[in-house]
Amino acid sequence: MFAPFMVNAWLTASIVAVIAGVVGFFVVLRGAAFVADAVPQGAFAGAAGASLLGVNTLVGLGLFALAGSLGIGWLSRRARRDVATALILVMMLGLGALFLSFTTEYSSEIFSLLFGEVLGVSTTEILPIAGLGLLCVLAVLALYRPLLLSSVAPESSAARGVNNARMELVFLVIVAIATSMTLPVVGALLIFSLMIGPPAAARSLTASPLVALGLSVVLALVTVWIAIAASFETNWPIGFFVGTGGAACYAVGRLIARWRGSHVEVSQA
Amino acid sequence: MSAVFRLLFAPGFFTSSPVHTALVIGGIAAVVSGVVGCFTVLRGQSYAGHALADLSVTGGSASFLASISPLWGFAGTGVLAAGVMDVIGFRRPRGRDLATGIVRGAGLGLAALFLYWDTTSTSTTGVAITVLFGSMFTIGNSAVPLVAAFGIPALAIVTILYRPLLLSSVSSDLAAARGVRVRLTGLACLVAIALAVSLAAMTVGAILATALLVGPAAIALRVTSTPGRATLAAGLIAVAATWLGIVLAYDSFNWPPSHDGWPVSFFIVVLIFVGFVAVQLFGRSRRVTG
Amino acid sequence: MAVTMAASESTGQVLAVDGVSVRLAGRQILDDVRFALGPGEFVGLIGANGAGKTTLLRVILGFQPTTAGSVRIGGEASAAAARGRGLVGYVPQKIQLDPDMPVRARDLVGLGLDGHRLGIPLPSRQRRQLVDEMLAAVDAGRFANQRVGNLSGGEQQRVMIAHALVSKPRLLLLDEPLANLDIRSAQEIIALLAKITRQQHVSVLISAHEMNPLLPVMDRVVYMAGGRAASGTTDEVIREDVLSELYGHHVDVINVHGRLLVVAHAGEGFEILAGDETAAAPAHPDHSPAGLEL
Repeated sequence: MFAPFMVNAWLTASIVAVIAGVVGFFVVLRGAAFVADAVPQGAFAGAAGASLLGVNTLVGLGLFALAGSLGIGWLSRRARRDVATALILVMMLGLGALFLSFTTEYSSEIFSLLFGEVLGVSTTEILPIAGLGLLCVLAVLALYRPLLLSSVAPESSAARGVNNARMELVFLVIVAIATSMTLPVVGALLIFSLMIGPPAAARSLTASPLVALGLSVVLALVTVWIAIAASFETNWPIGFFVGTGGAACYAVGRLIARWRGSHVEVSQA
Repeated sequence: MSAVFRLLFAPGFFTSSPVHTALVIGGIAAVVSGVVGCFTVLRGQSYAGHALADLSVTGGSASFLASISPLWGFAGTGVLAAGVMDVIGFRRPRGRDLATGIVRGAGLGLAALFLYWDTTSTSTTGVAITVLFGSMFTIGNSAVPLVAAFGIPALAIVTILYRPLLLSSVSSDLAAARGVRVRLTGLACLVAIALAVSLAAMTVGAILATALLVGPAAIALRVTSTPGRATLAAGLIAVAATWLGIVLAYDSFNWPPSHDGWPVSFFIVVLIFVGFVAVQLFGRSRRVTG
Repeated sequence: MAVTMAASESTGQVLAVDGVSVRLAGRQILDDVRFALGPGEFVGLIGANGAGKTTLLRVILGFQPTTAGSVRIGGEASAAAARGRGLVGYVPQKIQLDPDMPVRARDLVGLGLDGHRLGIPLPSRQRRQLVDEMLAAVDAGRFANQRVGNLSGGEQQRVMIAHALVSKPRLLLLDEPLANLDIRSAQEIIALLAKITRQQHVSVLISAHEMNPLLPVMDRVVYMAGGRAASGTTDEVIREDVLSELYGHHVDVINVHGRLLVVAHAGEGFEILAGDETAAAPAHPDHSPAGLEL
């Protein structure tokens, strides 16, 4: 599985894992699992529309991801966030249904957009993914402190001059970019699994935020590498392994937390 | 007057039998979704509702493959998923959403696997599209016993548990103090949601299952002042949106580009979405910003 | 209407609230509030729920626009400028912390130092030392490495105080820190606050609906009722004439063993408007002034 033609797959998947781990750390911290799930689905609808118009699907992806993200942000200021997310999501899916009704044929891209097709990434496609991924990661790292502060203690961060609304906006844009860039590799339906499973496990393992961020990335990488290897061996879709891998991460994290909890209680007794 | 009428209702609307079926089935799915949706929104479980809708569709598709009656596929998966979510979920909303996401991820991963194994179907992408976007009226006329099987228990649960549900949605501590079995009530509510979205997903598709669950209830809760009235309003709004959507879809039959009509789900979703945004923008109680 | 007595004059003021009024939804929430805080002063903002304390704090923080009046902090005319200079530390009333969050007490305090700056905190001995010192000052050293969300309410409060003070602000605002505490915890926190703020020379404005735990440490009091405020020393403000004018009807001020109660006539009986509601019953009930039942 380490043949030359697989190099692209390993490389791309690793890039995706790093992005997912870094962005996912804040997704879990801010309780934004639904948003991370909804944005790629909406992005997928955009891809369908783009292919309809004969435009590059990545453009449709990115546009709808951004529109969805910003839409959720805007609507969340007036309504509960989960309601806003659900309604923006169904609106985009509704548009997707509309677009799909205009064509009678489904391009083969669609399955891979839904469930991931890591083997199909060509060398030319790696560069934009890597570039935008790097942008996302750098953005998150640059905003690490104010984002952390406004996620943990929003009121006192406001007193310190951190604009919470702006942080939320930037965060949503980052999620949009991260999900639309990684979608073609891991699939619309499962990129969010990489963004919530490994970070959820990481935070059970350590109480330090920087260490947890690093662990998120490490666990995401491990998950993705196992997924590629398994997908290569069995020929099953990589999405399956990512979905179950993310769940496994989460389960392990929960178990460790429970063991830790009882362990700590005993030692304090 | 009759000109307006003809403008609104394209010819043949009232005599078309599929339209009748659509109105009846859609209407029932709408009412059940709207009513159960009130509790979903109150409890902040919109994500769970969406996840259950998708998962039940996955289960339904899988059941087609395994030659089990789709009824059990949809409902069984939905209730099973609800149970799993409840078991691993926390009481805190954030922990719950995380658990929901994980279950959904695992479930979709399985769906990917099933679709891959489904070598009998000629177009895996077609089934994949169905998972995500659903399609209306896949069940057909034999739906009435179906509706009874799903709709009535769902409505019954929320009616019987109305007060404990309300109290535990406001504050689980208050409810527990009053002797409410908070955990059990939560599970019952999740099962009701699973049944409601399964019904909707089977009849009107996954997108509408989520839309009808969350949208009308959110609008109703904003516009009315008591939960009882909100529940009624949600049901009415859901039905209104569905019927109006059906009318528009029928009218769109000759519209470009495919001259085959635009999808019903699109119209209904647009109506709900626009309604929601309008209520947020022009509603009385606006959140004070700053 | 405001009675301002012997407030610190002009330029040395850390906080100057000048004629602040806020009108919302047809209600006058704040009505011509004026007072000032000098350097190092410990001032209690006393009033019942609904008197306007939280709104006033929000005005000072710049979260709430005023209908009239102005606020100057350390000479800065805008709250944003004051925040930018790190002049204000704020301990909010309720803080929801997720127990699963990977953020330790020392991380939260560290964010108090540089949470507004971009980038990742680079490990520096000086930073760690500042954080450790602050944690020790609030007696939080023993749980410095625990997740903040796992701490008890009182412990979280100490961490929040450390977080607010670590950047050495000139003004510390606390919103009802004593609200859910028992008497002893309240006294501990007050003693802690008094000690630290004396050491760091910080001005403190602490809002509370009970004034008695604060009596030993307050330099002055700002007493609020119905959106109006009277400020001065305890003797100057907690008096029948001043408070009656503030409330708009007659009130009595009763001193029981050094504890102050503000009482109004209500129909056939009496209503305690301010006082030590959570205190145990007075040790010697027959010491109460004749004719009044407490």
